[in-house]
Amino acid sequence: MENTNKSLKVNIGGVMLKNPIVTASGTFGFGKEYGEYFELSRLGAICVKGLTLTPRPGNPPPRIAETASGILNSVGLQNPGVEAFVKHELPHILKHDTKVIANIAGNTLEEYCHMAQIISDSATDLVEMNISCPNVKQGGVAFGTDAEMVYNITHEVKKYCKQPLIVKLSPNVTDITQIAKAAESGGADALSLINTLLGMRIDIHTKKPILANNVGGLSGPAIKPVAVRMVWQVASAVKIPIIGMGGIMTGSDAIEFMLAGASAVAVGTANFSDPLACVRILEEVESYLDKYEITDINDIVGKVAVHRK
Amino acid sequence: MYKQTYLCEIVEKKQLAPEIIDMTIKSKELAADALPGQFLNIRCGDGCSTILRRPISICDVDPAADTLRFIFQVKGSGTQFLEAKQCGDTLDIMGPLGSPFHLLEKVDGDVILLGGGIGVFPLFLLAKSIYEKGVKPTAYLGFRSADLVVMEAEFKQYTKDVKVSTDDGSYGMHGYATAYLINHIKNKKVGLVYACGPEPMLRQVQSICHENKVRCQLSLEQRMGCGIGACLVCACKIKKQEGFAYQHVCKDGPVFWSEDVVFGGE
Repeated sequence: MENTNKSLKVNIGGVMLKNPIVTASGTFGFGKEYGEYFELSRLGAICVKGLTLTPRPGNPPPRIAETASGILNSVGLQNPGVEAFVKHELPHILKHDTKVIANIAGNTLEEYCHMAQIISDSATDLVEMNISCPNVKQGGVAFGTDAEMVYNITHEVKKYCKQPLIVKLSPNVTDITQIAKAAESGGADALSLINTLLGMRIDIHTKKPILANNVGGLSGPAIKPVAVRMVWQVASAVKIPIIGMGGIMTGSDAIEFMLAGASAVAVGTANFSDPLACVRILEEVESYLDKYEITDINDIVGKVAVHRK
Repeated sequence: MYKQTYLCEIVEKKQLAPEIIDMTIKSKELAADALPGQFLNIRCGDGCSTILRRPISICDVDPAADTLRFIFQVKGSGTQFLEAKQCGDTLDIMGPLGSPFHLLEKVDGDVILLGGGIGVFPLFLLAKSIYEKGVKPTAYLGFRSADLVVMEAEFKQYTKDVKVSTDDGSYGMHGYATAYLINHIKNKKVGLVYACGPEPMLRQVQSICHENKVRCQLSLEQRMGCGIGACLVCACKIKKQEGFAYQHVCKDGPVFWSEDVVFGGE
């Protein structure tokens, strides 16, 4: 039975999303293209393509390779730069009734702070600090794999951020809970995880890697169990909300992440096989709530009933 | 109105040559909008174990019958999935996508279509469209070997002349179809060249057209993600004042003016 009174609202660092469905940075551009397929105001939030201080051309192609239940990508943060985003892309997104998350990636601490400052003066709702991009030489993941550096960068960037700060974590670490705790003590308002896992594919006939960058980030259902496990571990280590992601293709996948402890979920790779994936997943999440007569989606967050050992 | 994906019934399927499959699907919406050079992005699996759709160029359209035709080579898991589909089965299709071949109102000289391998197929709808505008193009089609030569008779209906070459000389001229282009430019005035095929062929066409100051459009290929310009994976180098900028084959292309294209190293 459909329960029309159910609440899908979730709170990410003080910003209320109308529902927990967020687009994963890098898979959704600035919303324009998918906005031709559905009304963007259906989304809880749009997390835009990773931004850098100055425009970046990105890596040479090929930038994508298919793998079993996944894809490898190495776009290399092609983007017009944070100022062009604020000036030319943000106004278009603001026409839709959804929240905007600006994903920023820097080469240096100063760059992150400068970008946070530029974003602070815009109508962006949240900032997602990407310290986990595996596809760029400098910065990116280098910042995200050392707990002390994560604490420092979060602490510094937070000073320039008027909006709540989300720190996006890399799975390419020994213990993700240490990194998560460092971000939390540094002042992060929320965490998003996981970014892609570093991977590689080789064409056995040419003996060359398929990606021009040789290696790239693995996403899709192949990484989902790893992502769910990490969300579960991090949820028990920190108090701040989590946006969970990694291979969410269906409403059931989204629910799984929420049971593990995610307050919201991001849909990325699924957009490629189904341009309406976000809307479909939202509807599937709603049917789950109806089926189990859950009136507030927050009631399932972190409610995995773990086996006692 | 929002765009959507369409579930389309396969109404015809034939094998034209080894590993070359010719498929016709029914879709009023796709048939109404399709232009030469555009492509369909076809789901080739459950969308979960095989995530990426396969971009396949449109070979022909029949708006009266609401049908579209595409021809593909069976290469990997995606196209194997397509090959296994039968008449009456449905396919999940996004499209028509990409920016089409530019048809010019007036061309000063002959119009040449140059296709290599599977690059021949998108030129068919182009040939028809040019023919319907009252111009008969000339088609030069290159294949690996005689057993792979297809569509020669079909191209004849809409062209002044069709010439075929094979890499191994087992049919038509021994060599590459670009040799026909060089010869044609030597003997007659060529106004416009349209080319689709493997990158080495396109590079050659680009330099031939550049040397002879002939305008030319190239249809490029690159591994794609979303197919609509959001994910930025299918990058290609396009000239700008200083150096190049990456544009994207799925949305800015697949068709580009030859003089704008910068081919990568190697």
